Amino acid sequence: MNILEVQNLKKYFATQKAVDGISLNIEQGSIFGLLGPNGAGKTTLIRMITGIFYPDSGHIQFNGKKFDPQLDPMRIGYMPEERGLYKKMKIGEQALYLARLKGLSKSEAMKAVKEWFIKFEMESWWNKKVEDLSKGMSQKLQFVTTVLHQPKLIILDEPFSGLDPVNANMIKEEIIELARLGSTIIFSTHRMEQVEEICNHIVLINKGIKVLDGNVTKIKQDFKENLFAVDTESNQMPEASHLYTIVNAQPGHYKLRLEEGVTTNSVLSHLLANNITILKFNEVLPSLDEIFIRLVESSGATRKFQNIKG
Amino acid sequence: MANKIFLIIGREYFTRVKKKSFLLTTILIPIVIMAFYIGIIAIAVSDSGSKNINGLDQIAIIDKAGLFNGKVDSTSKKVRFTIISNESEQDLLKTYQKRGYDAFLFLPPFQLDSPSNIVLHSSGLLGHSTHSEIEDLVNNSIVAKRLEAQGITPEKYKSIASDVTIKNQLDTKEGSKSNIPEVGYFISMACGILIYMMMLIYGTQVMRGVMEEKMSRIAEVMVSSVKPFQLMMGKIVGIGAVGLTQFAIWIIIAFLLQSAVPLILPDVLEQAKHAGQSANLAVMNEVLGSVASLPILKIIGCFIFYFLGGYLTYAAMFAAIGSVVSDDQQDTQQLVFPVMMPIILGFMIMIKAADNPYSNLVIFGSYFPLTSPIVMMGRITFDIPGWELLVSMLLLAGCFVFITWIASRIYKTGILMYGKKLGWKELIKWGFRR
Repeated sequence: MNILEVQNLKKYFATQKAVDGISLNIEQGSIFGLLGPNGAGKTTLIRMITGIFYPDSGHIQFNGKKFDPQLDPMRIGYMPEERGLYKKMKIGEQALYLARLKGLSKSEAMKAVKEWFIKFEMESWWNKKVEDLSKGMSQKLQFVTTVLHQPKLIILDEPFSGLDPVNANMIKEEIIELARLGSTIIFSTHRMEQVEEICNHIVLINKGIKVLDGNVTKIKQDFKENLFAVDTESNQMPEASHLYTIVNAQPGHYKLRLEEGVTTNSVLSHLLANNITILKFNEVLPSLDEIFIRLVESSGATRKFQNIKG
Repeated sequence: MANKIFLIIGREYFTRVKKKSFLLTTILIPIVIMAFYIGIIAIAVSDSGSKNINGLDQIAIIDKAGLFNGKVDSTSKKVRFTIISNESEQDLLKTYQKRGYDAFLFLPPFQLDSPSNIVLHSSGLLGHSTHSEIEDLVNNSIVAKRLEAQGITPEKYKSIASDVTIKNQLDTKEGSKSNIPEVGYFISMACGILIYMMMLIYGTQVMRGVMEEKMSRIAEVMVSSVKPFQLMMGKIVGIGAVGLTQFAIWIIIAFLLQSAVPLILPDVLEQAKHAGQSANLAVMNEVLGSVASLPILKIIGCFIFYFLGGYLTYAAMFAAIGSVVSDDQQDTQQLVFPVMMPIILGFMIMIKAADNPYSNLVIFGSYFPLTSPIVMMGRITFDIPGWELLVSMLLLAGCFVFITWIASRIYKTGILMYGKKLGWKELIKWGFRR
């Protein structure tokens, strides 16, 4: 079942077609990557999904029903890229306040806040003020306040920016755990390597238009270039233009591009026939980074300002 | 939905009321208003800057006209006159400064019915009050001489001269009441100044609060839970409630003080009664009577209405400004200035209103919704027709709705916008677009 279905969503600003007809489906319980370079329209798209902006046109279905900008945001947890907290407010009070704004009763909020504070070892922070926290600590607090109300859909915009590896890992594990427990997570970023590890499904948008949509493994298959890495004992690699071209050669390490229709077995037999001892032979799939760059560059990397009437 | 705005109001209210600065302003504002009055009175009463050690202006007089008969009758605390005989104007002109005189007055010989060519020599400008005191002295002396010439003795003159005070009897539905105009004037001004200060103080607090939300980047977190309008109104109402709390505290303190003074200091009043201060007491009674003669309930009702109306209108504008500025101080100044202008204008018209509460400018000022809270309160103790009050209130209410509508639209866009400088033109465009 899809927790979120977006159809042909559009939002134009005075000088930008920020989101120009994007459709996507997000399956319940998945970790979904929303990728795109800076200014691609990610934040605008998210703001429409969270009810902050009204779309100019298009439909949003949340949890099988038409999106209700009054009630549905209560079941969404959103950690924006531009995030912050009331600096002068005590941490415990602040978490309670934000939880209650999401519709929790006083006692529910208290219970949830305590649970999370224990989980993240933050109990001793309760009476501290936000301005006393380090950046990593306040990020952790921010994450906690985003997920306190057990949202069905959690949207995280660049959640790891400014976090050290230990804290980043802690939050990453928490994200995976939340997904396992049934929450759906949208993960918006321009840092591909993070997505590759945890996302099942990604959408790549650029200049307000969707340029790629699919399962991570499948996308890699779609974009593969028949590249294979071979490690050998000897420092040579025979030429064989009918089978492959050598893309990259370093003593002992080679990268081959197989010709169309050539099987790996025929390459291996050729190498064995040439008396080459193979230490390793594996396919090289493109990283999302490479796919991203390839796609974005082919469609023009950055936005130009345009005039939109109306 | 509805309880969310109460949550916001609660947070805005309690974080402020719990702060030390709340206590401080609660104490300071009445002191500032009192100081303002004392200052005005002090300036009006005090001498304008005499430079001698004992605070006196030393004035020499050469009396060729024989006006003073060799001795000056002056009770002045500011000026000391010394008659100098046997010296010419030219001689004294060269030496008077060295001899410690600030100025000297030269009276040439003249006929009593046509005094002329009287000159006051001084090195710098004399203060206004000193100057008029010298003029009074000379005039009084001339009058005395003329009376004498007509054969009227000073005693006889005293019996002729008149110095009456006129009581203002107010004919209201509840019957006639006596009144000292100054009391009404004082209360009007105090109300006007209070509204002026509260609008500025709490208006800018709203602006700072909005700026804080924007700078600390919590705005977007908040608007994913609540509507921007709720966030804005929650803040405005919460801070307004802080203002009303402050009023309540003042009223309670004033009430307590009034009833506590006789308890703590019973002797003071007794002494005052017996120690021959009955004259002062009579004045006191008259002042209290004047206060009682004013329509207190109407004043308090209007005060609360105009405070709320004025505060809500300006707070919405301040909130809109807070939402669009980035941390650039100069930027803020440029946007705040046009909002401050009508407040200051209102204050100036109010001061006029005390003088002439029915002039065209004042009447305009008490209709125009951006100045009416201050100006109307500045003339509230005068007899304002009910329909005039009603029109002014309706205009203010309409203005509040309109301004809040526009402001919330600017706010909605502004609060999520970072790193862009904005002018008034864009703001107005945001306010009116779909």
